[in-house]
Amino acid sequence: MRQWMTGALCAAMMTAAPVWAQEVLTIGVRSEASSLDPHWTQLSADVQVHEHIFEKLVALDSASQPIPGLAVSWQPLDDTTWEFKLREGVQWHDGEAFTADDVIFTFDRLKAGISGAPASPAFQLDKGSKQWTKIDDLTVHITTDGPYPTVAEDLAMLPIVAEHAATGATESVDFNNGTATIGTGPFKYDTFNPGDSVTLVKNDNWWGGEVEWDQVVFRPVTQDASRLAALLNGDVDIIDYPPTVDLPQLREDPDFTVSTIPSDRLIYLMPGYKHVEPFITDNDGNVMVPNPLRDWRVRKALSLAIHREAIRDRIMGGASLPAKNIVPPGFFGYVEELEADPYDPEQAQALLEQAGYGDGFRITLHGPNDRYINDARILEAVAQMWSRVGITTEVDAMPRNIFFSRLIRGDELSMPGFDVPEFSMSMTGWGTVAGEATYTVSGTLETYNAATGGGNGNFGRYSNPEIDARSVLAKRTIDPEERLQILQEAIRIGMEDYAYIPLHFQVNNWAMRSGLEHEPRTNERTLATEIHRVE
Amino acid sequence: MAEYIIRRVLQALLVLTVMTLLVFFGVNVIGNPVYIFASSECDQACLSAIIADLGLDQPIWRQYLTFVGNLAQGDMGKSFTHGVPALHLIFERLPATLELAFAALVLALVVGLPMGIYAGLRPDGWGAKLVMSFSMVAFSLPVFWIGIIMILTFSVQLGWMPSVGRGDTVDLGFVETSLLTLDGLHHLAMPAFTLSLIMMAMVIRLARAGMREVMFTDYIKFARANGVPERRVLGAHALKNILIPIVTVLGMEFGGVIAFAVVVESIFSWPGVGKMLIDAIAVLDRPLIVAYLICVVFMFVTLNLLVDILYSLLDPRIRLGGGRA
Repeated sequence: MRQWMTGALCAAMMTAAPVWAQEVLTIGVRSEASSLDPHWTQLSADVQVHEHIFEKLVALDSASQPIPGLAVSWQPLDDTTWEFKLREGVQWHDGEAFTADDVIFTFDRLKAGISGAPASPAFQLDKGSKQWTKIDDLTVHITTDGPYPTVAEDLAMLPIVAEHAATGATESVDFNNGTATIGTGPFKYDTFNPGDSVTLVKNDNWWGGEVEWDQVVFRPVTQDASRLAALLNGDVDIIDYPPTVDLPQLREDPDFTVSTIPSDRLIYLMPGYKHVEPFITDNDGNVMVPNPLRDWRVRKALSLAIHREAIRDRIMGGASLPAKNIVPPGFFGYVEELEADPYDPEQAQALLEQAGYGDGFRITLHGPNDRYINDARILEAVAQMWSRVGITTEVDAMPRNIFFSRLIRGDELSMPGFDVPEFSMSMTGWGTVAGEATYTVSGTLETYNAATGGGNGNFGRYSNPEIDARSVLAKRTIDPEERLQILQEAIRIGMEDYAYIPLHFQVNNWAMRSGLEHEPRTNERTLATEIHRVE
Repeated sequence: MAEYIIRRVLQALLVLTVMTLLVFFGVNVIGNPVYIFASSECDQACLSAIIADLGLDQPIWRQYLTFVGNLAQGDMGKSFTHGVPALHLIFERLPATLELAFAALVLALVVGLPMGIYAGLRPDGWGAKLVMSFSMVAFSLPVFWIGIIMILTFSVQLGWMPSVGRGDTVDLGFVETSLLTLDGLHHLAMPAFTLSLIMMAMVIRLARAGMREVMFTDYIKFARANGVPERRVLGAHALKNILIPIVTVLGMEFGGVIAFAVVVESIFSWPGVGKMLIDAIAVLDRPLIVAYLICVVFMFVTLNLLVDILYSLLDPRIRLGGGRA
């Protein structure tokens, strides 16, 4: 009897199969999309969902290098004008044709400002004071106020919305309920249940070809252990950020696969360069004048004292790439010969001796404890390693909501425009989202200048005229080869001077059930178009 | 009664005003949200523009006045993270939390009450000892640990239960609920049980203690002497009397469960308000934090009022309104 039942069930399932053969992909993500308005924020949790629905003129390949998106080609006509040729025959999800008017509408919408959106990508248009004009239905010109090489990279951050659907739409709200969520991408909006799921369905008319999944569901599962459990019991097919401690087991388990790629996020330690630093004292607790971190030998010693491989193996579950570069391999600006400093405590001590700090000193290392992968544990490890070479290090880890305000704005002495970053040594990360180093050099190595935006992420206030000259030049050099050379020079100078102390690039991991294949991306996003079924 | 309620409402308004002051100034002391949201490539001009757009360049007292002005019109501001009115976000997710808390409450009563009564009637039996040890364990084990172990056992090892999210919902017109679908209940079972454990333990202990006290009172003896059947003695006479402390405690506890179901919600990825609050705090989404806390205060005040009224119904000796009635 039982056998017969099983047989009948099997038969029922087999006959039913063709009717129900919906290919559904469920993705368990660490952070949920906060809005489906693609201009509301550029946090990767949001962008990865937007990218299924909306597309940009310029797309990014898995190493974040620009490739044709809604634009098929672009080139500079002269020093200040770029011509973008749009893709022909692209249709919006509701069947309307995509034209240059939509592009102009999108840029105008961003220019007008998305009210109340603190994380909007709108500022990308202000870089280089871009102006845009429609030439014909398939041509758009972008002009800048001077030679500006990274127009394409900037436009790769700006999703194009449909003029006919998004005109008059309320920011965020009308995109969350689907009325304005008309894109050109491989998937269409289906439902958005905040906190629970975002469901997208296949776009049969996508210009990029056949889409492999009929339906894609994003499920936010914040807790690492719960997300892993959801994968193990089959509630989801693939998860991002599997807990690093479980990576070794997942790799060995035949039922699961792990995909891995170094990310564009550099984790580094930023020394403070003020003449007197509040968190550095000698061994008796007296303020040190001058601040020892201003001596490059001290900074080099600090770098040599860090055992990056130990951090990788013991803390990161193997998921980090020790580095001395500011962009990961494959990115525009990567310098081949810059290799991560070896662990060499003897040389570190010798350097300290030479610099006159043989007896060491005291320092407080600040950092966030909920922002980067295993951040608090890295801070503790570094503190121990430094203490071992005689620099007594105290760790002060704090939630990111407090950390970043203090890091950027500093103490009560600072005024808008004259920020005085507070920390003497802090751990932060910098993601090179654009796939090229121009703004990483300008942001982290250039002298801080509120007016030009240079050194925007330079919270140690490092200043080196040799780098400044090159960084400013690079921002105005259109020829890629020339620019690459200038950037690499600037990076070499900065890294040999230990402007800051790079630790590693985070490594992105995804874990999925066997039977799936995933092409990982440097920029941490999970795209259904890059997940395939294999037999 | 009416006078009492009016007085309570006035008190509640006062509490709300003090709360808005505390909360508003409290969240403004920690960090600046703009630095968390803005891209690292956003320069000083861009930061200033955002700060001005959000009104954060105004002196704090003016921000507060604007806030109170808007609040009076029922507008609690727009979430920085979601760009949706904060109140809308809260009401969108509140049903999920209410549902979870309600299911936990029902579980706590349905399972806890009989167990407690049993333990109170036969305090020396091994059954009672078992019940009491269970309540001890339920009290002392951390909720997140129980949650993870349940997921490991029932979802990963046995594969009986789903581990994430809310199941299918039915739209009742004014609210969506998952209590009416099989899939919904399936998803609800583990989180509701986990959330109910502490309440359940409390019910067991209160019911047991109450039962032991009540069984020796004169009216129970008289009832028995009069030949009232044992079932009625327990069900009508004893139960009514032990319920008063249980209602008080559960009333208070229920508010806590709704407001702070955070741990259970994040372990089971339950799309409720608690999880939203934690996310909001992590990124300093000020309007959302303030709106949520004000809602919580409102809820506690209302629950207290309800418990008081329920009291007078359960025990006719208790009169509301300061002795005049």
